[in-house]
Amino acid sequence: MAMLHIVNKSPFERVSFRSCLNHVKPGDSVLMIEDAVVGAYDNTSFSDKLKASMSDVSVYVLGGDLVARGLSEDRVINGIKSVDYAGFVDLTVENETTQSWL
Amino acid sequence: MKFTIMINEGPYQHQSSDTALQFARAVLAQGHEIFRIFFYHDGVNNGTRLSVPPADDRLVQKEWSELSKEHDLDLVLCIAAAQRRGIMDEDEAKRQGLDANNIIEGFRISGLGQLIEGGIESDRTVVFGD
Repeated sequence: MAMLHIVNKSPFERVSFRSCLNHVKPGDSVLMIEDAVVGAYDNTSFSDKLKASMSDVSVYVLGGDLVARGLSEDRVINGIKSVDYAGFVDLTVENETTQSWL
Repeated sequence: MKFTIMINEGPYQHQSSDTALQFARAVLAQGHEIFRIFFYHDGVNNGTRLSVPPADDRLVQKEWSELSKEHDLDLVLCIAAAQRRGIMDEDEAKRQGLDANNIIEGFRISGLGQLIEGGIESDRTVVFGD
């Protein structure tokens, strides 16, 4: 049963993103929203941790929340897909359950 | 598909009330149904009609109220969370001997059982908060 993990805290501020990655199962999806979107950037102290989980987990970022923070999609880790709110809804439909890592 | 949405954070606190609002709009735009939106903890502050932000800022509570009217949504404030934070409807204000109420149109006050029922009746429950 695939789960959508919704993360909304920066991995440089809280441990919830790391906890999430320690709990995801193959076939799950992770969506970064709100302050978590800074975790999508490549070449940070967190990016290797996220990249390591991307072999069997799909990772998404809410594009509007990147733009709202002045962050560029060019610097996002290769393979992370940007979605809008319609894409967010689709992810909740495609996965049987959701977990918000508040 | 049927959705229940839970909101645990107040407006203007961080971002979750705005995120939930946009998510709810997207759910409806895609033809899905929202069975219930449940406001818990500081989330009950989404249900006051006495909020007056600066003129160039959004009025989150009014946006919920209008969305509710437009789509006939069931917006529920947790009663214990609402009483702690001074969010009252007419009946609760009377019952507590208070001189005013402040709930905005489109919301109602009820118990945590409404969240559980939402989880049972809906295909998806999505939580927003801080």
